[in-house]
Amino acid sequence: MDEPILEIEDLRVTFTGGAKPVRAVDGVDLSLRRGEVVALLGESGSGKSVTLRSVLRLHQENKTKIEGRITAAGIDVMALQGAALADFRGKHVSMIFQEPMLVLDPVYSVGQQIIEAICKHENIAADEARKRVLHLFERVRIPSPERRLAAYPHEMSGGMRQRAMIALALSCHPKILLADEPTTALDATVQVQILLLLRELQRELGLSMIFVTHDISVGVEVADRIAVMYAGRIVEIGSVRDVIRAPRHPYTIGLLSTRAHGGRLTGNRLPAIAGSPPDLANLPPGCAFAPRCGLASSQCAASTPPALSVKEGQIVRCFRVDATAKVSA
Amino acid sequence: MFLATSTKLLEPILHSPGYWRTVWTRFRRDPVAIGAGVVVLALILMAIFAPLIAPQDPYQGMSLRRLRPPGTPGYLLGTDELGRDMLTRLIYGARISLFMGVTPVFVALFLGTTIGVVAGYLGGWTNTILMRTVDVFFAFPSVLLAVAMAGALGAGIGNGLIALTLVFIPPIARVAESVTTGVRTRDFVEAARASGAGAFLIIRKHVLGNVMGPIFVYAMSLIAVSMILASGLSFLGLGVKPPEPDWGLMLNTLRTAMYTQPLLCALPGVMIFITSISFNLLTDGLRSAMDVKS
Amino acid sequence: MEPAKASPLLQITGLKKHFPVKTGLFGRPSSSVYAVDDIAFDVHAGETLGIVGESGCGKSTTARLLMGLIPPTAGTVRFDGKIVGSPALPLKEFHRQVQMVFQDSYASLNPRLTVEESIAFGPTVHGVSRREAIARARSLLDRVGLDPIRFAGRFPHELSGGQRQRVNIARALALEPRILLLDEAVSALDKSVEAQVLNLLLDLKDAFGLTYLFISHDLEVVRFMATRVLVMYLGKVAELGPTEALYTKSRHPYTSALLGSLLSMDPDQRTERAPLAGDPPNPIDPPPGCRFHTRCAFAEAVCSLHEPVLHAAGASHAAACHMVPPNGEHSKSGMAMKAVS
Repeated sequence: MDEPILEIEDLRVTFTGGAKPVRAVDGVDLSLRRGEVVALLGESGSGKSVTLRSVLRLHQENKTKIEGRITAAGIDVMALQGAALADFRGKHVSMIFQEPMLVLDPVYSVGQQIIEAICKHENIAADEARKRVLHLFERVRIPSPERRLAAYPHEMSGGMRQRAMIALALSCHPKILLADEPTTALDATVQVQILLLLRELQRELGLSMIFVTHDISVGVEVADRIAVMYAGRIVEIGSVRDVIRAPRHPYTIGLLSTRAHGGRLTGNRLPAIAGSPPDLANLPPGCAFAPRCGLASSQCAASTPPALSVKEGQIVRCFRVDATAKVSA
Repeated sequence: MFLATSTKLLEPILHSPGYWRTVWTRFRRDPVAIGAGVVVLALILMAIFAPLIAPQDPYQGMSLRRLRPPGTPGYLLGTDELGRDMLTRLIYGARISLFMGVTPVFVALFLGTTIGVVAGYLGGWTNTILMRTVDVFFAFPSVLLAVAMAGALGAGIGNGLIALTLVFIPPIARVAESVTTGVRTRDFVEAARASGAGAFLIIRKHVLGNVMGPIFVYAMSLIAVSMILASGLSFLGLGVKPPEPDWGLMLNTLRTAMYTQPLLCALPGVMIFITSISFNLLTDGLRSAMDVKS
Repeated sequence: MEPAKASPLLQITGLKKHFPVKTGLFGRPSSSVYAVDDIAFDVHAGETLGIVGESGCGKSTTARLLMGLIPPTAGTVRFDGKIVGSPALPLKEFHRQVQMVFQDSYASLNPRLTVEESIAFGPTVHGVSRREAIARARSLLDRVGLDPIRFAGRFPHELSGGQRQRVNIARALALEPRILLLDEAVSALDKSVEAQVLNLLLDLKDAFGLTYLFISHDLEVVRFMATRVLVMYLGKVAELGPTEALYTKSRHPYTSALLGSLLSMDPDQRTERAPLAGDPPNPIDPPPGCRFHTRCAFAEAVCSLHEPVLHAAGASHAAACHMVPPNGEHSKSGMAMKAVS
């Protein structure tokens, strides 16, 4: 297996801005191979977006403590400063977001913004850059691209804006694409289109991608591997097939069975995970999922479960993997 | 019966600290705001207890001891152009100056909030009529408006108060209208409407609690402005009339001594400055303390 | 259309809402958003009617119209046969019978009121004493799974999203309504919490004999909750029918496309083609004829000329498509849509 293009080692992110420090990411290890798509799955507050943003160092420096190592495309991300960091963003690693309206500047046309982004990173003429943007617009299937170059963000529909943002993210040929819930705000019929587009671009351009989502079905649609996060830790990681068909962490098992699907027989209830997600400023000792877990033992409340390899490529942080083997079978 | 109610359900429950409690906790941690608050409190106490603190009579002058510089034995801060003790007059001056600063703002707070909240909550034509009327007053610079109105009504404390109140109604109404419009479209107001409550009840129970904070903070920031405007009116001879001790009026009457006793002339201005900056810092502290995020 | 059983609890006829967007000279509107454009449907006691559609289809506007939060441009809502807002049934009385839960659990609670004060507000509006209203609030908190001793005195920002939505449900139930309008009530919740709230809603429905209008963009959740489903597209009713019939034998191409957009959850059966291209069109200038014809794979000349009406397509099942009536001008008229699994 060739060496990973992105390696996150023991990442810890603590927000110190509030009254109490909040440990949003608590020891995440993740490596992304060339041309691979990993879905980072989790609920709000699980630390999935924080992990993603750390790769580009997008957190407010004075209110955040980041520890650990991140190596992307051979670059030590933690050591980057000033201009080098600005150059790194967009050129080696770029990102697409849930809400393009917050990324695109409302007072410039979409074309102008992408041309500017290209000219900032590369020493090329403006009309050369314009040609590239036109090509990108065709690539992300924006109809009548020539005309859309001059359009302002508010003149585009939601799906179109998302395509424009993908074009912006790909404008400087990054090797790694980070996607933060890019389809969450879209309608179902548009979501499929964007997912298919991203999958196609990823395959054709050989991109490596981390795809953050709260929706397992989106993860299944795009990813090679799925990493499930809970309270700042990756609790289970494995190939899509293994995680979906033979999940071994009680949280993953719960998430999969809790989905409403198919018709309901009268009187049926959904198998729900009890309780609510933990308060990150007041995490329980031991496994953070233990208070909601039906299989929890005294050991779970006492110490943090180590990463256990349950199968080639499937790693679970749980003391009760013996019990979950029966449940998931 | 849909639900069984039992007396057990009226047992004591755990109460969280309320919003204002949290604001107070945050406010206490802000040293600048606390300092400003102490100064404001001291000024108020000084105004109330002026007769007990002041060393002399504020109206009794000595023509032989006019315009003594600060530090003269027996006259800590010197004497004014009629030989009256400066310290005494500055202490007494706090009474009228604070009164002229605070009263118009509070009257305008009441009237402006009423206009603004009603306009903001009801919207539509009510809003257009009320707010356009307010805008007409808003079109004039506040100093000019105050001077023009005080001039038309005639000099005197009462007329000065009326003029200042009229000056402050439009900006307060504007702020009240804009925050109310923001709250009106929130889901909890919709939910209250969906439970069948009328406009008056919704304003009282759901709107006021959420808009009074920002409006009050804004009004507080106007106290300093009001004091300066009142001083200005007095300086022009449109507000307080001699021999009343008022800081603005004192600035006016002392200006003839500008070149002979500059330090003395500056004293009422220093008082105005200290008071208004304290009110401003206090307001800033309140504003940031009230900006509680969940 | 409905079999002649008990008369419907809620009857909506000719409901329209047009929002003026631009005003020309002298304030005359020059164009409008046709948010809800002539819709009619019934809600029967005890059922859960699901309303689905994409953003801009008018489902939330419909909810607000039903609650009387915005005045309709045209149309009537009847509750128990009485016109809402008429002297026979003033809005205030209607609100005792129909309550609503909003999507944003935080924005729909007054941040300055404690949980019990928020819940008790409705009953006090309708003349219940404060003491009794508070008692009712605490009993309801208990009923929605929140310990009154721990939660009644708290403020909304101290609760999690799921707990806040439970409070909102308790608030809606405080007036002892017969109908609950749930406008994307679980959409903002995490999946693990969503299941709890859905179960709670089912329990409450059984316990209090409630009728639900369940508005959502999530087809899976609607399938789980609803007994009948109404599909909306650009302010119009596209299809209406019993849940299973609609999900397995949809008759409107739009419904089929929506169902085709559901992701498979099977890594070996990923979606290969998007069922629809482009975004939903702007409701400011909806296309003439059938509003779906600009995105429809089966569109023919007739579709851009004539607007299809709701046509019966099975027991209690109707769709507004030119392909549904047997002898229409459409070349495929009378043919059933292929079943979508």
